[in-house]
Amino acid sequence: MSVKVYVPCDAAAVSVGADAVAKSVAEQIASRRLNASVVRNGSRGMFWLEPLVEVETPQGRIAYGPVSADSVASLFEAGFLEGKPHTLRLGPTEEIPFLKRQERLTFARCGITDPLSLSDYVSHGGYRGLERALKLTPETIIEDVTNSGLRGRGGAGFPTGIKWRTVLNTPADKKYIVCNADEGDSGTYADRMIMEGDPFVLIEGMTIAGIAVGATSGYIYVRSEYPHAFRALRRAIAIAYDKGYLGANVAGSGKRFDLEARMGAGAYICGEETSLLESLEGKRGQIRFKPPLPAISGLFGKPTVINNVISLATVPIILDKGGEYYKNFGMGKSRGTLTIQLAGNIKHGGLVEKAFGLSLREAIYDFGGGTASGRPLRAVQVGGPLGAYFPESLLDTPLDYEAFAERKGMLGHGGIVVFDDTVDLAHQARFAMEFCAVESCGKCTPCRVGSTRGVEVIDKIIADRDRMLNLELLDDLCQVLTDGSLCALGGLIPYPVQSAIRHFPEDFHKPAPPPPANGSSKVPGKVQETQSWS
Amino acid sequence: MGNPKAWDADRALIRIRELERLPGALLPILHALQDEFGYIDKAAVPLIADALNLSHAEVHGTISFYHDFRHNPAGKHVLKLCRAEACQSMGCESMIRHVEDKLGIHLGQTTEDHSFTVDAVYCLGNCALSPAVMLDGKLYGRVSREVADFLIDSAQRHA
Repeated sequence: MSVKVYVPCDAAAVSVGADAVAKSVAEQIASRRLNASVVRNGSRGMFWLEPLVEVETPQGRIAYGPVSADSVASLFEAGFLEGKPHTLRLGPTEEIPFLKRQERLTFARCGITDPLSLSDYVSHGGYRGLERALKLTPETIIEDVTNSGLRGRGGAGFPTGIKWRTVLNTPADKKYIVCNADEGDSGTYADRMIMEGDPFVLIEGMTIAGIAVGATSGYIYVRSEYPHAFRALRRAIAIAYDKGYLGANVAGSGKRFDLEARMGAGAYICGEETSLLESLEGKRGQIRFKPPLPAISGLFGKPTVINNVISLATVPIILDKGGEYYKNFGMGKSRGTLTIQLAGNIKHGGLVEKAFGLSLREAIYDFGGGTASGRPLRAVQVGGPLGAYFPESLLDTPLDYEAFAERKGMLGHGGIVVFDDTVDLAHQARFAMEFCAVESCGKCTPCRVGSTRGVEVIDKIIADRDRMLNLELLDDLCQVLTDGSLCALGGLIPYPVQSAIRHFPEDFHKPAPPPPANGSSKVPGKVQETQSWS
Repeated sequence: MGNPKAWDADRALIRIRELERLPGALLPILHALQDEFGYIDKAAVPLIADALNLSHAEVHGTISFYHDFRHNPAGKHVLKLCRAEACQSMGCESMIRHVEDKLGIHLGQTTEDHSFTVDAVYCLGNCALSPAVMLDGKLYGRVSREVADFLIDSAQRHA
């Protein structure tokens, strides 16, 4: 039998040379006339080991990593097709502690299967959720999702079942399922991994949602920074149509569900659900007033389920194993598993799917192994650019929606960005305001104008100009942003700013830096602006 | 990316016609035109407005809203540098300054010989392998100054 060698096609693995490794493995197989083949799988999510190459042996899959194209020949010399020793050998993949201690439900297949093989998907439990859903009434499907306790994994944590019920109970001639794949938060990549590593699970989840609420059409709005994910989805959708899992007669049920992947255009705000809907309609991505909720009047004015990738990709396992099964993971009001993404200055960066309740410290040290630089950890930002900066003293906070809210932070999409002691929190606070100014949709004044004023005020604080007065002014500005902004961008940008001041006050009281030398940072040469119509 | 063709109104109209019936066709059309020509020519605005029954202002407003759409041709190579938090924690700011100095331009600009455009992006989803950059649609991780030099030099050699 032909030996299978797995080399990930995940964009992150490719970013450190997986394509070159796959090519090199294929060349070695050909030149040595071996009975083996290369499978491009998704990533297991252990990025410090990428490119992680696995070999299928009678003893299970054996991992080697990080493999470079140059080391491939030596792997063959050492007999890695039989799983033999080599300095890069990591042992059985499933026994690697980082992976072994996880509870992978949503990511059960990611990294194991060929993402674009429907037969692989089905033989690993795929489409069992849809099969069961097709035997149930819409009410029962939604009851199961509600019972599972699944809350929106995009960041807001709204109960998914309640959203679906609203759409089901709103009569209309047309309804939509929209997947928010505009994963713009720094420190997050779980959506990308699923779209590239197991796209059929998202397609199945959306199909189940469509059947549950009576929607016949769906869109996946993918950010343009994810070209690999976009291509993977387009291919997977074409395959699903070809095999009868999408279209006029979903899996022979007589029910219709059409699906299309659309590309965003580089606007962070389009991760906000109403901006995303405007963008899908072909307009500027400006947010809408709520109410009406998208569940009542969403895409093209029709009732619309809009959920994050991970929420929708979790639906198949809930339908397959039942809401009770999923609910038995987790703590308090946070049920099921959380996909934690370890990022930034971290030794072992990667995806950890685990029942809610793990502490920030356990995630960063037990899984992540501390900082990559080896320097002391100073700050952690959880929940993306709108999340709070936590100091070391808050690391025992459990990763749970309510626990974070109590400490004036937010769990968001589960991204954890670690900073060592070289970080300057005044600089990070300034960046938060700058980011808000770049990405504001411009609809409401607090966000549009307040973000720019915020940068200016923080600049004055850093430069020690009327520092105490300006700190007071900044606090006031943050209050206006919190109370007066229309959406979460302006409404939450005070989180990183105020948490930086609260937990790291010393960074706002340093001596003013010397003014830059005359024209020092200017670069020579004539330049041409790209963004102006002359 | 690839090799964009020079602006051609007839060709643009063909692309518009292919997509105009899609629900919410404007973004797909703008992406198609940018793929074809490397930017959205001013002359495309009335063509799109006419096809979708929109005002010129609506089309122009949409183009200018999104960071992706260019008003002028980009350089032969487009280098997107992530400057979001995860990459900051691994020192992207100094790598970015190095790239700016090396090419003699700032973020958002194109070199005079049109060989390179550098843009800031906020997150490429490669946050466990920071700093990340994207060169001509290809993602790279753990990009030190040396890796950045290598990427730029290799691209220039294959210009």
